[in-house]
Amino acid sequence: MRKLSWLPLAIGALVALLLPMGLSVPYHQHILVMVLVWATLGTAWNLLGGYTGQVSFGHAAFFGLGAYAAGLLVHHLQASPWWGMLLGPVVATLFALPIGLICFRLRGPYFALAMLALGEIFRLVFTNWVSFTNGARGILILASFTSKLPYYYMALAMFAASVYVVYRLVNSKWGYYFVAIREDQDAAEALGIPSTRYKMYALLPSAALTGLAGAFYMNYVAFIDPHVVFSLGDISVMVILVVMMGGAATIWGPAVGAAIYVALSEMFRAQWGAASVLLFGILVCLVIMFLPNGVIGELDTLRRFLRRLREGYAGGKKGELLRG
Amino acid sequence: MSYFEVKGVTKKFGGLTAVDNLTFTVEQGEIFGIIGPNGSGKTTLFNVINNFYPPTAGEIYFKGKRIDGLPTHEICKLGIGRTFQVVKPLRRMTVLENVMAGAFLRTASTSRARARALEVLDFCSLAHRKDVPAKALPIADRKRLEIARALATNPELLLLDETAAGLNPKETEEAMAIIQKICKAGITIIIVEHVMKVIMGISHRILAINFGREIARGTPQEIARHPEVIKAYLGEAYA
Ligand SMILES: Nc1ncnc2c1ncn2[C@@H]1O[C@H](COP(=O)(O)OP(=O)(O)OP(=O)(O)O)[C@@H](O)[C@H]1O
Ligand SMILES: [Mg+2]
Repeated sequence: MRKLSWLPLAIGALVALLLPMGLSVPYHQHILVMVLVWATLGTAWNLLGGYTGQVSFGHAAFFGLGAYAAGLLVHHLQASPWWGMLLGPVVATLFALPIGLICFRLRGPYFALAMLALGEIFRLVFTNWVSFTNGARGILILASFTSKLPYYYMALAMFAASVYVVYRLVNSKWGYYFVAIREDQDAAEALGIPSTRYKMYALLPSAALTGLAGAFYMNYVAFIDPHVVFSLGDISVMVILVVMMGGAATIWGPAVGAAIYVALSEMFRAQWGAASVLLFGILVCLVIMFLPNGVIGELDTLRRFLRRLREGYAGGKKGELLRG
Repeated sequence: MSYFEVKGVTKKFGGLTAVDNLTFTVEQGEIFGIIGPNGSGKTTLFNVINNFYPPTAGEIYFKGKRIDGLPTHEICKLGIGRTFQVVKPLRRMTVLENVMAGAFLRTASTSRARARALEVLDFCSLAHRKDVPAKALPIADRKRLEIARALATNPELLLLDETAAGLNPKETEEAMAIIQKICKAGITIIIVEHVMKVIMGISHRILAINFGREIARGTPQEIARHPEVIKAYLGEAYA
């Protein structure tokens, strides 16, 4: 567990604050917002999947619940969708509670499978319960701002909050317990760690932050439908890939993975369409082969590799070099 | 009332009776040895005591309180620590972090957990390894880490499962010294060991089992001469 160093953090924050003003094209600002949404999602998933080792294949459930919490407030009550930023995390947490209570008692892949099922169930329910959710036609709201800038700063605040929460948690007693459970649940129990309870402590904030990202997404894109926000492939699985790419169980890994994912998919979507996702998938495979701990998790390996490249070292196969 | 008491404990795995109606008591401050050939049920007994699996029959008491059926983490919290024969290092944590994970049982403060962990590492002569990832440790240090981590939870009773197996003679001496130091610190110990030199050298009393059943009990001298024990270890011809 590494401490954050303040100077790079301050510089990073400054860049993040000034960056969108340097970019006048709204599309570029849009890309930044999406990076922050994905970075938040990845950070939230990472707390549970990366640090605690409880892999969820259904975080779209929490994302969609957060998004619909915001959307339905407008649809039914004509309330401001921004209240969803409060309601979304609450609803996601409330649904996470029984899931965790049931699945975490069982050993094995029950949690992963139950989450997978849950995401799909929500997608079907929200598609078919037309009177409440407006079904596949989705929810359309009026966007609050025409400029992207306010959204950018809100997304930045959301991402900063999620990093702060996860950082504080993983550097406390809880974090040691999370990682201990991931590494060996029997050993953890024998050290007096109530593993079921601590898995809940990881799940609930993870679900809440994911719900928050969902609520923000509703506000930002102003249109959602069940197939988008409860998507197995585009949300649940993608968030796992994003985290693996950047580095599971690292603080900045999810953000790095998010940046790579969004950049790639935006760059290639025009020509390749859905195949851009394939490209990202292949890249993730390569990263896992050569940098099994993700980009951030293997910074030292990367640094060594780059140094050797600069020094013109040419011997050996590429794989060996990377593993150096 | 005994300090620690196992009463008629049986553990069956399907048709196999791994622990068969064992009854014994352990007094505060002693080193209680358990010996038996491979597969005689020693590890299973430990797994029943800290409730990795519930006993099929029988009761277990610690300081007068019935503990069988309590969750594993509760049993540790009550003051019963254990090590694993097949070591279970938290692989991607450093040695210090491993021990801190144990120390957090008695404190929520990271700095206090770190201080306690450093103290324990010092006690176990493992401090020089504190920043090494647990997965990179050689076997002798892994065994020692098992002990250190369990000690960090401040146990009153410590269950040691073959902490000297696979060690060279010098490491074995060191392990024995650590165990005796733990006993001197006032911690009661139940130790399972194949290495006769260790168990005969440090136990106050020994229970010998075979096929999960008691075959003898007594002082190390009595056990060494006991015909059932000799038979179990060396075969019928030597008894
Ligand atoms: N979880 C389990 N399921 C089924 N059988 C088991 C299980 N655990 C142990 N056994 C069986 O119970 C018996 C006792 O095993 P145990 O590991 O307790 O022996 P042991 O005395 O510790 O042996 P060793 O000296 O080799 O460590 C063995 O026959 C073993 O195969
Ligand atoms: Mg054993």
